[in-house]
Amino acid sequence: MQFSVLVDIRLRGGISDPAGATIERALPVLGYEGIAGVTVGKTIRFTIEAADAEAARVAAAELTESFLTNPVIEDAELTVEAMSPESGR
Amino acid sequence: MSTVVGVVVFPGTNCEMDAVEAVDGLGGSGRLLWHGDDDLSGVDAVIVPGGFAHGDYLRPGAIARFSPAMEAVARFAADGGPVVGICNGFQVLTEAGLLPGALQKNSGLKFLCRPATVRVETTNSSLTVEAVVGAELSIPINHFEGNYTCDERTLKQLREEDRIVLRYVGNPNGSIDDIAGVCNEARNVVGLMPHPERACNELLGSTDGVVLIRSLLAATA
Repeated sequence: MQFSVLVDIRLRGGISDPAGATIERALPVLGYEGIAGVTVGKTIRFTIEAADAEAARVAAAELTESFLTNPVIEDAELTVEAMSPESGR
Repeated sequence: MSTVVGVVVFPGTNCEMDAVEAVDGLGGSGRLLWHGDDDLSGVDAVIVPGGFAHGDYLRPGAIARFSPAMEAVARFAADGGPVVGICNGFQVLTEAGLLPGALQKNSGLKFLCRPATVRVETTNSSLTVEAVVGAELSIPINHFEGNYTCDERTLKQLREEDRIVLRYVGNPNGSIDDIAGVCNEARNVVGLMPHPERACNELLGSTDGVVLIRSLLAATA
């Protein structure tokens, strides 16, 4: 079975986020008020072939921990969904 | 025979010739090692130089660590061979798990390219055997992700085991405990953000890097 995986990667609390800080600082200048806590992360999407959803999640989690993120500075949240054969997504 | 220092070249590495030049200038012999080869061909020491290995895609050093050459470097290090990672090379060594911690983006939001002053904190490492504790060296930095970080337990361990090799005087990038360079438990693997290979000639404004490169050459003897 094919599963689509979305890896939502965020910097851990306390880790320097210059992109987030710069965006947040620019907001009042552009007229946007009351916005706080801007953080910039990254998302990685891929498909994976696995026997079932659990197997897909385990494989994706292993990949995420060993390569896609650096656990010293990043956290990630996984979303794993079965793909319907006709939709291709 | 002169000491042969292998300098690992990844796609995107850009400081390899600076490293070779510095090594050659001090009586050693620099030899480029392609990242796709898993044979270090009998070198006496290894430098993982600066640059943007594999474009720094995903994270600096994240992809480089899977290169065959890095497996060979890990074996070389495990056998006690001296290994120094400079700038991007430091990032590669942390990603490869040869050094603890990680390099996050500079706290000041800027890419930094200027001389920095660092203090030698220990002479018990392959990069500082010929240095003097407390000596202050002017060595250029050139990085955006040079802000060293690690968890509290690791920091405590680094301090207690005298593994903080260099500290900044006037912290330029927010590094925890002013750390500019650290070594592994066996003290043969060292990573630092400043570029000693660019401070080995008066024409470049400083020769303070000489003592560090000379230490690396001596560490192999």
